[in-house]
Amino acid sequence: MKSEVMDEVAIDRALTRIAHEILERNKGCRDLVLVGIRTRGIHLARRLAEKLGAIEGESVPLGVMDVTLYRDDLRRRPDHPRVERTEIPFPLTDKRVILVDDVLYTGRTIRAALDNLMDFGRPRSIQLAVLVDRGHRELPIRADYVGRNVPTAAQESVKVRLREVDGIEQVVILERPESQRGGREA
Amino acid sequence: MTFTRKDILGTQDMNASEITYILEATESFIEVSTREVKKVPTLRGKTIINLFYEPSTRTRTSFEIAGKRLSADVINVSNSGSSVAKGESLKDTALTLAAMAADVIVIRHPASGAPHFLARHVPSAVINGGDGTHEHPTQALLDLFTIRQRKGALAGLRVSIIGDIAHSRVARSNIFAMRAMDMDVRVCGPASLLPMHVEALGVRACTDLDATIGDADIIMVLRLQLERQEKGLIPSLREYSQLYGLNLKRLEQAKPDVLIMHPGPINRGVEIAPEVAEGPYSLILDQVANGVALRMALLYLLTGGPGL
Repeated sequence: MKSEVMDEVAIDRALTRIAHEILERNKGCRDLVLVGIRTRGIHLARRLAEKLGAIEGESVPLGVMDVTLYRDDLRRRPDHPRVERTEIPFPLTDKRVILVDDVLYTGRTIRAALDNLMDFGRPRSIQLAVLVDRGHRELPIRADYVGRNVPTAAQESVKVRLREVDGIEQVVILERPESQRGGREA
Repeated sequence: MTFTRKDILGTQDMNASEITYILEATESFIEVSTREVKKVPTLRGKTIINLFYEPSTRTRTSFEIAGKRLSADVINVSNSGSSVAKGESLKDTALTLAAMAADVIVIRHPASGAPHFLARHVPSAVINGGDGTHEHPTQALLDLFTIRQRKGALAGLRVSIIGDIAHSRVARSNIFAMRAMDMDVRVCGPASLLPMHVEALGVRACTDLDATIGDADIIMVLRLQLERQEKGLIPSLREYSQLYGLNLKRLEQAKPDVLIMHPGPINRGVEIAPEVAEGPYSLILDQVANGVALRMALLYLLTGGPGL
């Protein structure tokens, strides 16, 4: 059971709008850095970096982050989450960091990302850009830039599919059994 | 893949996919040691005990740093100053530590099989930090990681392990792991230090070092324990050094991209010349750095998941 809430064109338009909003709010891209979270956030961050570069003519540094080591649910999972690399090859102190993720749900992934970032330095500010906000926050976390608000029920799940990872571009809502809640879209 | 082992006791029963899984996990922990705040909260609240019945600098410190960088509480227990001096048995020591809810016990012991004995009697995860002349799995895994880091793939690489093979747990663990990864292994040393029928492990044996240098991709030098001379197994350190010492002259015949490894500590001028140990082909310090990441990965894999 599913419905498609965004197609390829909608995803691209949302990212373009977010890129413009980032530039508007930060008055350009001086001291901006992008950090993509885990798998799909990384590709979205890369696309944002390209769009920002195309609009402003300057390149924005791009880092990738895996928050697995900072998760709050490691002991509750039946499997070992695979730890991927974190690569932030530039200093973060005094920079304005834009964290990028695909879906914002309980907010726990972002909490972990914030703690991870703070161990790298002292950013001037951290802003959050997500493609989809599906509600149901369990922590006081909010996104600064949202591609689409998608109200969902707890037993549903939202999947972002990107060409780099899944071969197609779409955002879908799936029915998911209760026992698998709190998995990847945190 | 789910990592289901309770303990890391040896590489003898590890297969290629498990070793690859461990090496890939290690990649992610390298970065933690390069940042300014060298700590992640992953093992916060876990207790790790280093139970070392033999002296060690690099292994023990490496495990200690690995545990601390994962935010675990690490306690070092050694022979001297512990009740082992009062004659407490290994089993009682272990049960005592387990009763204090140690999550992981890293043990180095002069008796082969001690970690296996321990693992059967405590619910804690047990890591073998070197048991007698039997195995030293974390050394072998970090050695493989270091090779892979430089060479990319492992299969088909030709390794020459040189030295006191008969008494070397490092050699054994490396042989098991390298054979699992389909590497070509040759052991070389004086006949008195080569085990009988070592070919049964899937390696070739030889006593002529110069014949094996030419086509090796990796030359792994083992520490010569100076006591071997006292037991009459070698005539003198000087003769050993002349016939089996890795020096610059010998390396002239080696491949231009040969890599030199040594588990440490080195006996400068005996099994390895200082210029070789510090030279451009040497991976010795890479091994040490990678050891921390490898041990972090193992601690993470052993303590994750439910039930611990």
